[in-house]
Amino acid sequence: MNSFAAPARSGLLTRLLPAALGIGSIAVLIGLVEALIRLGLINRFIVPMPSEIFLAFPRIVVEENVLSRFTLTISEAFSASILVAAFGIAGGVLLHRFTLLRQATETWVAAIAAAPLVLIYPLYLVIFGRSATTIVMMGFTAGVAPTVLKTLEGLSGTRRVLINVGRSFNLTPSQQFWKILFPAALPTIFVGLRLGLIFALINIVGVEFLINFGGLGQLINELSERYDLAGTYAAICFVVLVSICVFVLMERLERWLRPGD
Amino acid sequence: MSRPSKGAAANAPEAAPGKPILVVHDIVKRFETPDGILTAVDHVSFTVAPGEFVSLIGPSGCGKSTLFNVIGGLIDGYEGAVTVAGERLSGPHAAIGMIFQEESTFPWRTVIDNVAFPLELAGLPKAERYERARHFVALVGLAGFERRYPAELSGGMRQRVSMARTLAASPKIMLMDEPFAALDEQTRLLLGDKVLQIQQELKQTMLLITHNITEAVQLSDRVLVMTYRPGKLKREVEIDLPRPRTSEIVSSEAFGRYVAQIWGDLREEASRGLRDDEQYKLERKDHP
Repeated sequence: MNSFAAPARSGLLTRLLPAALGIGSIAVLIGLVEALIRLGLINRFIVPMPSEIFLAFPRIVVEENVLSRFTLTISEAFSASILVAAFGIAGGVLLHRFTLLRQATETWVAAIAAAPLVLIYPLYLVIFGRSATTIVMMGFTAGVAPTVLKTLEGLSGTRRVLINVGRSFNLTPSQQFWKILFPAALPTIFVGLRLGLIFALINIVGVEFLINFGGLGQLINELSERYDLAGTYAAICFVVLVSICVFVLMERLERWLRPGD
Repeated sequence: MSRPSKGAAANAPEAAPGKPILVVHDIVKRFETPDGILTAVDHVSFTVAPGEFVSLIGPSGCGKSTLFNVIGGLIDGYEGAVTVAGERLSGPHAAIGMIFQEESTFPWRTVIDNVAFPLELAGLPKAERYERARHFVALVGLAGFERRYPAELSGGMRQRVSMARTLAASPKIMLMDEPFAALDEQTRLLLGDKVLQIQQELKQTMLLITHNITEAVQLSDRVLVMTYRPGKLKREVEIDLPRPRTSEIVSSEAFGRYVAQIWGDLREEASRGLRDDEQYKLERKDHP
């Protein structure tokens, strides 16, 4: 037997074990819910059996056109993400650059980040109409404030010694920003982006549901009004898939921008 | 080994023959504090000759780091002047390379990219800057670690990356603020050997700020002893130990004599600093 085989196998096992444990835990949880429903301990008219949800997938794909709805929701989420990143990071940079602006607005931005902004959707309906623009703008509005705040926190939290290294090399303000401040702040900026995108996604699906327009939110609304519980939960799984896609993309982007972490 | 000469400081001034490369003249630095004006550095003057290794030693609170920041151009609003080869400095200058006490590598850059940083700023083509960066990585003994990130290195290795990055800028004077303070004694002695080797190979002028007597004597041609606050120069000690030198020198009798002599000067200052510190803490306890 090859003496290197055992460590190699052990390394592979170490890599696969967390994923296997995660998938295994979900499988056990699903099995448990199925069992509890079948035993009558959970009301099957409130929570459908996981097996029924699984069987509903082909139906909602074929009959409810879920893939095009998924594409619409994910494109709305993507558009909102671009806006959140562009305006959130730029806003944070501005607040970091101009102290007076920061002192004047930071509390307000923090208050906006904590506010239930979904309530302003009627105003957006008036401004943008019953369209995807309203949904994207609602996502953007909900996600931009936390991104501004975390960008500001990241830039302000850059270690003094790194700034001094830049100064000792006589960096211009622009070099100081792009070569030191921004890369140093990236991990915190990404925390803000993740937070912003969570808020954005909640609002996107929520407003689709509320105004009965567009992607998965509208589908969930329709299915729930038809009391198609299995279909509703299957559509929710697609919302989770949107979330996974967005976050995997963010993680890849962060690793590409900050490979040393 | 000679130093490639196209660094960021290639156009920095050269010292005239026989003249000091660094002149620190009558520096006074005061700070405003809630308790009034605090004089951190009080009329400090000294010179450093080209290729010389000078250490500035003093107890905590003697204004060593303030002086480091003044010479490095990181703070202004002081009296006196700092000149490099006759050119008066006003702010950071390419002729002075700085190594900081805190860990200062860029965590998002590999070792080679950290070291290539000043060469990138100088606008060198990629192939050339990597070739030159590899030279400095090897010089600090990190060959083979070029593609590693700082998070994968030990504290001593990260300080060597900082040193290589500073050297890559080809500074006329390397200014170090307690660069090994966070390291254990054995690593510190070994890194001292590396600094001595680099200094001898490059004929690099070095000014070390430290509170460690052993380190100062091990590395220096001259040690300048500072008083406790306000920081003044108390004594200048010529270290007449043979070069090339290694950390083995610490076991010699002459080394012990220098350490004892400097400690003799420092003891009173360090005690005064300790008393002040205790008094301050007591007052804060009574009047928080």
